[in-house]
Amino acid sequence: MSQTYTTIIGLEVHVQLATDSKLFCGCSTQFGAEPNTQTCPVCIGMPGSLPVMNREAYDLSLKTAVAVNCEIPEFTKWDRKQYFYPDLPKGYQISQYDLPMSANGYLEIHDEKDRFEPKRVRITRAHLEEDAGKSVHDEQAGTADSEIDLNRTGTPLLEIVSEPDMRSSAEARAYLSELKLLLTYLGVSDCNMQEGSLRVDANVNLHLDTDEGKVATPIVEIKNMNSFRAVERALDYEAQRQFRVWQETGKKIGDSPKQTRGWDDAAGITRGQRSKEESSDYRYFPDPDLVPIIVTSEQIQEVKDALGELPADFRNRLIREFGLSSYDTDVLVNQGREVVDYFLEVAEHCDDAKAACNWVTQEVLRALKERESIISEFAISATNLAGLIQAIVEGKLPKTRAKDAFELMMVDGIDVASTVDRLGIEQVDESALESLCQELLDANPKIVADVQSGKPQAVGALIGQAKKRNPNVDPGRVREICLKLAQQE
Amino acid sequence: MAITRADVEKVSLLARLQLSETEIETLTVELGKIVAYVDQLSEVDTDGVAPMAHAVEVSNVFASDEVKTSLPREQALANAPSHNPRGYLVPPVLGG
Repeated sequence: MSQTYTTIIGLEVHVQLATDSKLFCGCSTQFGAEPNTQTCPVCIGMPGSLPVMNREAYDLSLKTAVAVNCEIPEFTKWDRKQYFYPDLPKGYQISQYDLPMSANGYLEIHDEKDRFEPKRVRITRAHLEEDAGKSVHDEQAGTADSEIDLNRTGTPLLEIVSEPDMRSSAEARAYLSELKLLLTYLGVSDCNMQEGSLRVDANVNLHLDTDEGKVATPIVEIKNMNSFRAVERALDYEAQRQFRVWQETGKKIGDSPKQTRGWDDAAGITRGQRSKEESSDYRYFPDPDLVPIIVTSEQIQEVKDALGELPADFRNRLIREFGLSSYDTDVLVNQGREVVDYFLEVAEHCDDAKAACNWVTQEVLRALKERESIISEFAISATNLAGLIQAIVEGKLPKTRAKDAFELMMVDGIDVASTVDRLGIEQVDESALESLCQELLDANPKIVADVQSGKPQAVGALIGQAKKRNPNVDPGRVREICLKLAQQE
Repeated sequence: MAITRADVEKVSLLARLQLSETEIETLTVELGKIVAYVDQLSEVDTDGVAPMAHAVEVSNVFASDEVKTSLPREQALANAPSHNPRGYLVPPVLGG
């Protein structure tokens, strides 16, 4: 019996689109409102009410579908997916079945740490649908009733379904991170997992090489993963569990129906849930209340033209235009659009793009993290940071004082010229530096002797003393001059 | 296309309807008649006719993304068989 297996992973991602109102009515989509205060006859399914498509929701979904390289068919329509659940007041969900608004796209993924080869994950389809409500069960009360909140009912969701193209939890995580980044750059969703704006279900099974040939284990759909970390852990756990079950039972795909399992984050395990109804059991049929949408190739082209630069475009540009490393590029781009824009402005206003990148990825991001702040609220404007870098480039600010200057600029929001004044930074002219070095050598004959006997590292002790005497001195220059003078003695 | 007893049992399960033995028998006959009636449509020659998604030839009807006033909560909850001041009450939902 083989001891190795390949994990086959496909992901279904539900993204809440950033509209003000719901998909088919004017109720607010604002998160966190009092239960059942954002509903109307349309979204709670009162007889005689008529849904009308939200234009913004369609536009946002079109933008996303184009950005994940999907084909956009000319014709799309809405269908009813029938099932009974207390959080679904109409008894059906308005979704898209056989003619989704987009299909056949892909997303490129790569790993910063090169744990896997860059690859293209195919996207089967992306379609629009309405969300259901929420049920709250009071565990403590035991048998008490569940309370239903229908505020979320009818909120626009884009369901993005991938092909089973991922082979490890790291690849799944990379796909999710890249997708989330793309969605945030597009501004189509806030992608807040805690508020349910981004939900992930994973389909996973194993392919094994056995003596009897290739074998696949039954497919399991994992639900209830509330973070990307949880997705990774759940996939790792589930792969091991399926391998163990296969070793014990030998059950192959087709021997048992597709199973749904829920991830228990605290316990770190998946647990079996109801077995998945067959797709035909949803008895889809075209929704007679909603008319189809016809989109022209000109409209699709307009959407493409208006997309702007996406994460992949920025990565290419930062490497090409500024010669940044792919690692640095990832750090910048993964921080989000605002950080990239900030970097671009800094780079534009100074002559050292590599230094601009270092300052942004190290000092600026560290400062933001410490302050739990965001770049738009950062006290040092991009032009001021560029000024700081330029002052270093031009030798007006010694590198050794740069961090002091940065701290002061951050606290007071002042430009580099005022900062240099405030810190009392002056350029130390060459003759002053030489006489300072000579004084130090005179006071330390032992060091001079050490240097002369072939131990140049002995001058290290003088650098600290020089900085004490004049904080503006450049340690590198002190070292050079001391060595030169000591040799001459 | 004949409707069988098994069809009725499956559909009633999906619709969460609890039917008695007599009801299942009556409905098997009645649903069979309804389906047979509709099945007359299959006599029409539809070769070369594109499938229709909608009964009226209208497309691209949109509403603007504007928040409108929702129902007052008491009104939204008023018709529920059971509710508290905040929400609808239903038998315990577990494992959802």
